Amino acid sequence: MKCKNRVLNSKCAGEEKRVGTRTVFVGHRPVSETDAYVEQKFCDNRIVSSKYTVWNFLPKNLFEQFRRIANFYFLIIFLVQVIVDTPTSPVTSGLPLFFVIIVTAIKQGYEDWLRHRADKEVNKSSVFIVENAKQVKKHSEKIKVGDIVEVKADETFPCDLIFLASSNDDGICYVTTASLDGESNFKTHYAVRDTTGLQTDDDIDSLTATIECEQPQPDLYKFVGRINIYRSNQEPVARSLGPENLLLKGSTLKNTKKIYGVAVYTGMETKMALNYQGKSQKRSAVEKSINAFLVVYLCILVSKATVCTTLKYIWQSNPFNDEPWYNQKTIKERDTFKILRMFTDFLSFMVLFNFIIPVSMYVTVEMQKFLGSFFIAWDKEMYDEEIKEGALVNTSDLNEELGQVEYVFTDKTGTLTENSMKFIECCIDGHKYKDGISEVDGFSHTDGPLRYYGKAEKCREELFLRALCLCHTVQIKGGDNVDGLRVNQECWTYISSSPDEIALVKGAKKYGFTFLGHEADYMKVQNQKNEIEKYQLLHVLNFDPVRRRMSVIVKTSTGKFLLFCKGADSSIFPRVQQDEIQQTKVHVERNAMDGYRTLCVAFKELTQEDYKKINDQLSEAKMALQDREEKMARIFDDIEADMHLIGATAVEDRLQEHAAETIEALQTAGMKVWVLTGDKMETAKSTCYASRLFQTNTELLELTTKTMGDSDRKEERLHELLLEYHKKLLQDFPKNSGKLKRSWTVSQEYGLIIDGSTLSLILNPSQDSSSSNYKSIFLQICLKCTSVLCCRMAPLQKAQIVRMVKNTKGNPITLSIGDGANDVSMILEAHVGIGIKGKEGRQAARNSDYAVPKFKHLRKLLLAHGHLYYVRIAHLVQYFFYKNLCFILPQFLYQFFCGFSQQPLYDAAYLTMYNICFTSLPILAYSLLEQHINIETLTSDPRLYMKISDNAMLQWKPFLYWTFLGSFEGLVFFFGVYFLFQNSSLEHNGKVFGNWTFGTIVFTVLVFTVTLKLALDTRFWTWMNHFVIWGSLAFYVFFSFFWGGIIWPFLKQQRMYFVFAHMVTSVSTWLAIVLLIFISLSPEILLVVFKNAKRKNHQKKLSNRKASDSLSSRRSVRPLLLRTFSDESNV
Amino acid sequence: MAVNYNAKEEADGHPSGVGASGGAGKSRKPDNTAFKQQRLPAWQPILTAGTVLPAFFIIGLIFIPIGIGIFVTSNNIREYEIDYTGTDSSSPCNKCLNVSWNSTPPCTCTINFTLNQPFETNVFMYYGLSNFYQNHRRYVKSRDDSQLNGDNSSLLHPSKECEPYSTSENKPIAPCGAIANSMFNDTLELFRIDNETRIPITLNKKGIAWWTDKNVKFRNPSGNTNNLTALFQGTTKPVNWPKPVYMLDSEADNNGFINEDFIVWMRTAALPTFRKLYRLIERKNNLQPTLQAGKYSLDITYNYPVHSFDGRKRMILSTISWMGGKNPFLGIAYITVGSICFFLGVVLLVIHHKYGNRNTSADIPN
Repeated sequence: MKCKNRVLNSKCAGEEKRVGTRTVFVGHRPVSETDAYVEQKFCDNRIVSSKYTVWNFLPKNLFEQFRRIANFYFLIIFLVQVIVDTPTSPVTSGLPLFFVIIVTAIKQGYEDWLRHRADKEVNKSSVFIVENAKQVKKHSEKIKVGDIVEVKADETFPCDLIFLASSNDDGICYVTTASLDGESNFKTHYAVRDTTGLQTDDDIDSLTATIECEQPQPDLYKFVGRINIYRSNQEPVARSLGPENLLLKGSTLKNTKKIYGVAVYTGMETKMALNYQGKSQKRSAVEKSINAFLVVYLCILVSKATVCTTLKYIWQSNPFNDEPWYNQKTIKERDTFKILRMFTDFLSFMVLFNFIIPVSMYVTVEMQKFLGSFFIAWDKEMYDEEIKEGALVNTSDLNEELGQVEYVFTDKTGTLTENSMKFIECCIDGHKYKDGISEVDGFSHTDGPLRYYGKAEKCREELFLRALCLCHTVQIKGGDNVDGLRVNQECWTYISSSPDEIALVKGAKKYGFTFLGHEADYMKVQNQKNEIEKYQLLHVLNFDPVRRRMSVIVKTSTGKFLLFCKGADSSIFPRVQQDEIQQTKVHVERNAMDGYRTLCVAFKELTQEDYKKINDQLSEAKMALQDREEKMARIFDDIEADMHLIGATAVEDRLQEHAAETIEALQTAGMKVWVLTGDKMETAKSTCYASRLFQTNTELLELTTKTMGDSDRKEERLHELLLEYHKKLLQDFPKNSGKLKRSWTVSQEYGLIIDGSTLSLILNPSQDSSSSNYKSIFLQICLKCTSVLCCRMAPLQKAQIVRMVKNTKGNPITLSIGDGANDVSMILEAHVGIGIKGKEGRQAARNSDYAVPKFKHLRKLLLAHGHLYYVRIAHLVQYFFYKNLCFILPQFLYQFFCGFSQQPLYDAAYLTMYNICFTSLPILAYSLLEQHINIETLTSDPRLYMKISDNAMLQWKPFLYWTFLGSFEGLVFFFGVYFLFQNSSLEHNGKVFGNWTFGTIVFTVLVFTVTLKLALDTRFWTWMNHFVIWGSLAFYVFFSFFWGGIIWPFLKQQRMYFVFAHMVTSVSTWLAIVLLIFISLSPEILLVVFKNAKRKNHQKKLSNRKASDSLSSRRSVRPLLLRTFSDESNV
Repeated sequence: MAVNYNAKEEADGHPSGVGASGGAGKSRKPDNTAFKQQRLPAWQPILTAGTVLPAFFIIGLIFIPIGIGIFVTSNNIREYEIDYTGTDSSSPCNKCLNVSWNSTPPCTCTINFTLNQPFETNVFMYYGLSNFYQNHRRYVKSRDDSQLNGDNSSLLHPSKECEPYSTSENKPIAPCGAIANSMFNDTLELFRIDNETRIPITLNKKGIAWWTDKNVKFRNPSGNTNNLTALFQGTTKPVNWPKPVYMLDSEADNNGFINEDFIVWMRTAALPTFRKLYRLIERKNNLQPTLQAGKYSLDITYNYPVHSFDGRKRMILSTISWMGGKNPFLGIAYITVGSICFFLGVVLLVIHHKYGNRNTSADIPN
């Protein structure tokens, strides 16, 4: 065996390494004496999840922080202040910036320290390695590829291991992967048969083998490899290795005393490490709005600076303005070139006005998002008693996006439905078997002997039930079933990755055939006569989505070889005798229409020769390293042919509680709900009716293989249909479809049904000439339908649909919700991805942005949380821009009265602390606690969601309103105080006030006004709001007294000394402050009053409408369903 | 039963799952606290026309009398202002218009004026300057507060903010900086002309600066002698000053840095047109007004040149009320705002009354 890994000379990582295979020498033993053993270089087992080291922390962290455009901007401003002679000291902008930088650095440093510690813990943990038949204790980081590692029960695997042998004779071990994917159930792993006997250190040391496997790849569920075992003077034995032989780092050994394994992937090459690469970051629409506003404010800033610079030089053109005798320039100032001077002046103005873009806004927004997201996880209404978990927030960046959703893409199975299956009925040779047995999930009761309808032949019946008992991958958990002793039937539970299978096995049990579990290679079935039948399980032809069926090959005790196959009707019917189909087909279609999941069961008897051939083919294919899956699929295809149809089963997948109400609420809230499912059309359609996605009056437009027909004219037919539907919709929706998009008074509702094959026909047309515009026509149809059902979708097609809608005009916000691995692609694709913590493992929840236990929780998540978060953050953003505009505007106006000399109006301390201390906490508290409408009202009246649709609060209109408000208040502040200062002797003793008092009065009015403005906006006054609002104002007053009360030794100028104290002794100042605050706030008060009056009126209308609506639309689910089907069957 | 089925298997990875629900995990049920459930007790005020309009109405009612009060007070304040710049060729001070800093002997001029009404209470004498940018940045920062606070090292090493007024003839300037250098140095004297005789009016030069400035912020250099001349040794006078700082006044507690005229000047004005308190005229007894109606003359020692930058100089005599000097703005503003509020309150109340009756039934709390 030659080493193929010449590329591996380079150290870890590197894409090229993923190509090809790697060869691992078990225990570092060369295969033969003649081949010199070449030490191969793989990366060691050290895990490095930390980002920084002590040495590179400072430069690397600073570099990363200043890569953010905002931080970089503030750094530039700070540098300008340091270099150029600017009006404000560098401290004013440096302090906030460095506060932010240091806090972020500390946070990141701490997180990294935690990672270091965790890494160290992992890397330094001791493991036992078998070397020369002895156990050697080593640090985990010292493990090399090829080492034989011993792992004991309840230990986690230190790296990815190939399972060689366990303390169990049968070479089985149980593993839980809870830390990898959150699935807490035990999984069985198998050792290669040839090595299962090596249960001691000596034995394992005698093993000479090489393992060839693929290069590391992140897919947890894929592994292809081959082990070559060399025995003295014999041909090497080759065995295939699959994911069932691979023990992943991070999973834990359970119920097994110890195992031996050989390390194949170590350190950063383990599947776990490869999986922990960050997801691409999603950015919310609010963030885009913030950036747009920033640009506006940057323009305002630059234009202010330009205006001031220009006016300054015009003003200075008069020599006595430029340099009066009392105020002469320094020599240095005189000597600088005029252009340079103008440039520095421009920069100085920039610095003076730079507070208009506040550093603190970013901090506050981040804090709001981070802290705010806790409320989702804390919500006990989203806690599910069954799984004992609440909602999970994986990213806090998208909180507000939840309030902006326009399209909801939902999976069907496990999301809309419960994914807990119930066996309803079956049909054997066209005879229907049904009884009204109900059962509690998870437990199987034997209700005594069952009566059954002897319609079909007895032997066919038994064959069918045996098929149900044998054709599955169900295991038994609980009891001492390993020994084969039936201790207590009641405590058994069937465990399977597919709930359908459990339902079927339980179904069979009701008809008298009980599956009793595995015993070595045998499957035991108890038949109706209470006899135990044993079948040798020879092969399991696993389920895959392409075949949509699975099979088992068993050998009966009489020596017959039987193949049982079950699968979707479309994949079974072509493989059975055609004359058998008709009678079963009727039942299958009827069941599908009732919303049940149907499966067809077929069998075939194999001769000894057939089996031998099949066995050889399968073993050969399993051994293959390359294209193993394709080869297997081809062989499976050959095997599963010419079968006999026995019957069909129907399993019900119940709708989740409140699924219909939730969908209705989402639709009322103006969202369009699309169901994307892999299920077949009939089943999906009935679920859609049941969940009220389609109403009785919804006109359905179908684009499915059924309407297409099977002919070659598919594309032409598709084109015709598309044009026809398009025309129909255009007539109904006159030109102003944009406005109608969100209205709930559409006369006729349309629903669209499309299936996977038609979709691929539309998206990837064969001839690109005439059909290239399919996509746009299709899209227009889709967007005009109230609801769309896409069935028979492959996971990637789901993502394709989401991407298609996402990229349409107006970029609507999309939300995907799903529970399975097949939904991950669409969860990642959509703006907001929501995972259901369902029964299908944690793939979806892990990749989602938010995870909830049930579909019904979407209602509160979107209507209440999303709405509130959006309102909060939108208000936060607008308020920040507003308060800084009215902060800086007086400063700008003051330039006109101080000869454009960049004289700051406010003291440096006020400039610095305005955003950090005086006005930061009230808005933060507001943005965390505000409930402008009660949560109950929001949840119960979905229409309210439409009020904030299309980013309503961050459009240009509200932005202009806030900007106008800010400008108005800025003007009031400045000119109010300006007129007051026409006579600056405002004290009762005739003493005069100077420029710092002027600024302090403006600032006092400013702080009070912006805080009271927020108080006016606050609709939900908790004690915290009271505390921070009044506390901030009190703090401002206290701070001002304190700041002015002491001669500060570190200050160059004692400008503020007793300025505030003198200010408050003046009655005129008090009167002016009160008056100016009132003038500033009064337009706002009046506006709020008018708005409230309007809203009241609106609400009255709404409630009237709601009352009438609820009368008409609320009908129970079942009758609706029945009516629909009877209507349909008449057609 | 289709593609979904597959996904389940893929998700679990292994077709054979000997499972056990990991039920042992600790309960992660969220706490049922009011805060975490966003159910904190809260006051939920709604500004409705019903509550706000009466408030407007009341505010109007409060503001109007306040405004009238202020307006009346302001109107009762006597104020007399003389522009003595001398730009007008007929003005007695016209001859001094182009005076320079160190012209000796100083140019003097006298302006006669008549007060038509008596000034009953204490009279405050201000000087006013126009088009003088005391708030220019270069000017505002051109001072050294630690020097003015009596710090001996700053006395000899003035801050570089004082440039170009920090040294002269290689000696540190005390007090340094542009503000000090340009200190107003006209001398104003007031006489009452009673039957052709000039009766000088006592002008009190103390009590015109902020108490804290005079006693804390401004201090003479410290030393073991009371001799200011010795304390200021090694420094030189500001370029434009005729005398050094320790010769500003004859009284020891009004000399040096704690000279009140100096302190007043050092408080930079907010706007280019400003007034500063110059002297106090205290009411002698309760029988006579401080300044009777009649003829007065103002003697000006004209030292301060303002013509070069198109400036103006004024002398202002003013009485003071509880709200300070004459300031018509506040009164008018209060009356205007009050009236608007009152008017709005009344009009909107009427409108609301008509329109509100229609939808009082729809009072849905939200």
